[in-house]
Amino acid sequence: MKVLVALKRVADPDNANKVKIAAGGNAVDTSGLEWKPNPFDEYALEAALRLTENGKAPKQRLGEVVVVSIGPKEVEQTLRAALATGADRAIRVDATDDQLDGRLVAGALKALIDAEKPDLVLMGKQAVDGDSNQVGQRVAELLDFPMATFAATIKEEEGALLVGREVDGGVLTLRVKLPALVTVDLRIVAPLSVFSKVTEPGFKYNDGVRFAPLPAIMAAKKKPLDVKPLAELVPGMALTTRYLKFERPVQRAAGMKVKDVTELVDKLTNVAKVI
Amino acid sequence: MANVLVVAELAEDGKLKKSTLSAITFARQALPAIGGALHIVVLGASAAAAASELAGYGAAKVLLVEDASLAKYTAEHFAPSVAAAAQGCALVVATATSFGKDLLPRVAARLDAAYAGDCSGVAVEGGKLVYKRPMFAGNAFGYCTLETPVQVATARQSEFTPAEASDSGGASPVEKLAKAPVGAGAARIEVIGLEAVKSARPELTEAKVVVSGGRGLKEKFFEVMEPLADAVGAAIGASRAAVDAGYAPGDFQVGQTGKIVAPQLYIAVGISGAIQHIAGMKSSKVIVAINKDPEAPIFQIADYGLVADMFQAVPALTAELKKRQG
Ligand SMILES: Cc1cc2nc3c(=O)[nH]c(=O)nc-3n(C[C@H](O)[C@H](O)[C@H](O)COP(=O)(O)OP(=O)(O)OC[C@H]3O[C@@H](n4cnc5c(N)ncnc54)[C@H](O)[C@@H]3O)c2cc1C
Ligand SMILES: Nc1ncnc2c1ncn2[C@@H]1O[C@H](COP(=O)(O)O)[C@@H](O)[C@H]1O
Repeated sequence: MKVLVALKRVADPDNANKVKIAAGGNAVDTSGLEWKPNPFDEYALEAALRLTENGKAPKQRLGEVVVVSIGPKEVEQTLRAALATGADRAIRVDATDDQLDGRLVAGALKALIDAEKPDLVLMGKQAVDGDSNQVGQRVAELLDFPMATFAATIKEEEGALLVGREVDGGVLTLRVKLPALVTVDLRIVAPLSVFSKVTEPGFKYNDGVRFAPLPAIMAAKKKPLDVKPLAELVPGMALTTRYLKFERPVQRAAGMKVKDVTELVDKLTNVAKVI
Repeated sequence: MANVLVVAELAEDGKLKKSTLSAITFARQALPAIGGALHIVVLGASAAAAASELAGYGAAKVLLVEDASLAKYTAEHFAPSVAAAAQGCALVVATATSFGKDLLPRVAARLDAAYAGDCSGVAVEGGKLVYKRPMFAGNAFGYCTLETPVQVATARQSEFTPAEASDSGGASPVEKLAKAPVGAGAARIEVIGLEAVKSARPELTEAKVVVSGGRGLKEKFFEVMEPLADAVGAAIGASRAAVDAGYAPGDFQVGQTGKIVAPQLYIAVGISGAIQHIAGMKSSKVIVAINKDPEAPIFQIADYGLVADMFQAVPALTAELKKRQG
């Protein structure tokens, strides 16, 4: 199986409370925050690796994993890291973040996928900087692919995937015939979430994503990384989402500590009046 | 003049979901910029009952698309018909439930429209719609315009009070629309089924009181949380860590990437208060935190904090609440 994974890098999500608003309010200032791969995209990569191996011999890739990122030169670090964990090939589409919106990213990915013809496109369900949650769905529509968003489990069948989606009210199982597009949710990296056709039944992964050993990091430097200009993929396409201003939300002030349950219930009943 | 289209959501049993009413509120707020009329589209295998219920919200018309292939929701079958129903509309909106978040970006791509997801506000400025969106786990609000002829948005349910049925009395005409032809992708998708989390409790996103538990509850998650929820008629939520560990089902997760709740009262039990969790509950009116660690970040946003062992404090709280109810 050939899998294409879309990776974005974002300002360190665990320190998102440190983002600042630039003077004038017309930009978000993430200076001082480290770039990290979007966690959902790391999970998508982990799922791609699990789908192209038997679990026991992770060095034997049974298929191809191509990683793609649209962004400036620095995103090549994210791509190299992905190559080190096991991806075979990388493509960077050259663009600055302020040249992009969901419609453009989807258009560019569509053009790449038309050329690459993967069996499966794996993406994160949302990039946790913009919290936009749209690119996967858009790409699926542009390609006329069946899609399964917010995937918590994937089981490979002959020419198809059985996908458990986390939806309001439970888990919805879909069967999508390949080629297809899947966006992943948090639980996709649990030990028993992903089974390729050759994973032994009962094989258990470590929880979370794998880390690259040092030799792999060195070897990744030699793996192919192509660069394409954005305009080649989406000629003439303009930005259509415009941010006019940004604002910090009003901070909630800390309240008071209560000494015991009785005082708590008193406050809730007589002061807050919520019960 | 262009119109606004609201996409209604039905439950598995074909009943109208209350979440739809938040999208109607959003549409009513956006209408002054657009100037046209409100339309509502509802899709299903037999959705006539839902359509007549929707006829009570003052729409110029309710579009009804019925087809056996729409019995179970898939974006592949729904998106073409929603896009067809959007003819003559400048804005298509749904509530940001898992249905809306799955479907509307796909509809947007079909219409080559820009999309603003999970909006917490919409305003009209200089004749244009300005969407307010939480970003960076709720640590910034962005205000954006969409510059395509058709615009698509989803509304954060907790930020738009459900629309009331219009009191003008008249019912909107219900117009039938044939299901639009689907793409090749639709033939490659099959719904196997929903493994539903059954509960007699209110829905997490609609409950007046939410009690959420964290990872430390372990196997005692339900044993500790259920009696408390029952005592106050609450819905039960959970942190990601509690869900990941398998103590609570996935659709209990509250947070940036889970459900967004804004009840009158939110009680966090053994939850540390990671920014991703706070993003999903900080709009609650009153927040209570019970945690044994006095330094837990959750106390920084809690109105009432109780430093205590939850295995003692929660049963005591449950008993106290019951006692007062008599
Ligand atoms: C991409 C991404 C998305 C995420 N999305 C979400 C999300 O949507 N929602 C979410 O919740 N998290 C999310 N997270 C995870 C988040 O970062 C935290 O890891 C998680 O919220 C922690 O859950 P917790 O508070 O239950 O566990 P912990 O952080 O381990 O905290 C447990 C708490 O329980 C307290 N405790 C333990 N025992 C007791 C006791 N006996 N009595 C009283 N207190 C006790 C401890 O003092 C501690 O404060 C996300 C993370 C990532 C990377
Ligand atoms: N600049 C980008 N480069 C590569 N992939 C991206 C980019 N932006 C978004 N994506 C992919 O689209 C998913 C959803 O992003 P979003 O719709 O922006 O929340 C992400 O998880 C990525 O897989």
